[in-house]
Amino acid sequence: MSLTHDDTHPATTDERIAARVKAMEAILVEKGLIGTDAIDYMSSVYENQVGPQLGAQVTARAWTDPDFKIRLLADATGACREMGVGGLQGEEMLVKENTEDVHNIVVCTLCSCYPWPVLGLPPNWYKYPAYRARAVRDPRGVMAEFGFEPPDTVEIRVWDSSAELRYWVLPRRPAGTDDFTEEQLAALVTRDSLIGVTAALSPAAV
Amino acid sequence: MDGIHDLGGRHGLGAIDPERDEPVFHSAWERSVLVMFPALAMAGAFNLDQFRSGMEQIPPVSYLSSTYYEHWLHSMIHHGTKAGIFDPDDLEQRARHYLEHPEDTAPKASKPDMVEALRTLVATGDDYRRQTGAAPMFAIGDPVRVRPEASTTHTRRAGYVRGRVGEIVGAHGGYVYPDSNALGAGEDPHHLYTVRFTAQELWGDESGSANSVVHIDLWEPYLTAV
Repeated sequence: MSLTHDDTHPATTDERIAARVKAMEAILVEKGLIGTDAIDYMSSVYENQVGPQLGAQVTARAWTDPDFKIRLLADATGACREMGVGGLQGEEMLVKENTEDVHNIVVCTLCSCYPWPVLGLPPNWYKYPAYRARAVRDPRGVMAEFGFEPPDTVEIRVWDSSAELRYWVLPRRPAGTDDFTEEQLAALVTRDSLIGVTAALSPAAV
Repeated sequence: MDGIHDLGGRHGLGAIDPERDEPVFHSAWERSVLVMFPALAMAGAFNLDQFRSGMEQIPPVSYLSSTYYEHWLHSMIHHGTKAGIFDPDDLEQRARHYLEHPEDTAPKASKPDMVEALRTLVATGDDYRRQTGAAPMFAIGDPVRVRPEASTTHTRRAGYVRGRVGEIVGAHGGYVYPDSNALGAGEDPHHLYTVRFTAQELWGDESGSANSVVHIDLWEPYLTAV
């Protein structure tokens, strides 16, 4: 699939791919199958609008509104929709709640399925072989690499997203946040805590 | 297909090594590749399962050493060529031109109808739920064994659960069956379940999986009663 090697032009892999993508884009534009405005529109959605801050807002709402939390755990897609969150690659979302006794972590061992509406596009490590191989077999070792080591008494529940259901994690509300506003709480919710490789941040960490 | 993409449980792949403050896109071309996915799907080049199946054809050494969007590119070129959208010689020639003239950009065009279609797609997504016309064979609480047979075509029956016994903990109704849809042989919907396996059943006594369970979503034809 790579470009024919040319010793007079030692291009980097990235330059070769960029050239190939331009070639594909040119053909698709000429055939009327893609628009430059369409590329700009959709890429900017995931660069500027849809990302982990949305999952953080939903989580902060669940931490402060017990009825919302019940709805979120029963029907995450519907509850997120109340906040205007949902859509592509999150048509059916399931949220798994961390407790004192249970910690959840999400992976896609076969490709890179990920709940786009609440987390945006996945980070590279989520898509690369080491995480996909190890999350199901060595979840404690994986979490330790993120600096998170739940005690052995906590059951680790791994969710391998092999179908079109999209899983994400409701982290535990950090201690010392009783008087926090939803906005302050959302600032404690990281992408990694919604995947489940870490906990939410403690107030001291921000 | 029993390829390298079926990564669950494999040893020797090293540390996770997350990138700090990672950008959404690492190169400008990734923006184009993201949007070529819906563009080529709308043009009829592939469905979701054919797209995934295309990535599984990448030779193992390349699969492990190339980036995620390169996997996408591979499948797009494979299916786009089959669909008559790309001509390999033309593509090669144009790619060489852009490699030699990196200052040249692809031609620009406005396609407002596609922007609108993408706006809808982003907001509502797709729907893979289907009626199967059959009652589910399994119920929550049932023990099941995953069929152990090898697979020569696309499947979501991950290698690490084959032959293993788990418990049904979720019953979701009918969904498009990837094994059929990836072959272009129709959606052939089947019931989908979430199955829970103990780490003991999957891995024996390994400290990294102590006190853990693994859940995976599996279609009815993957399962047998225990």
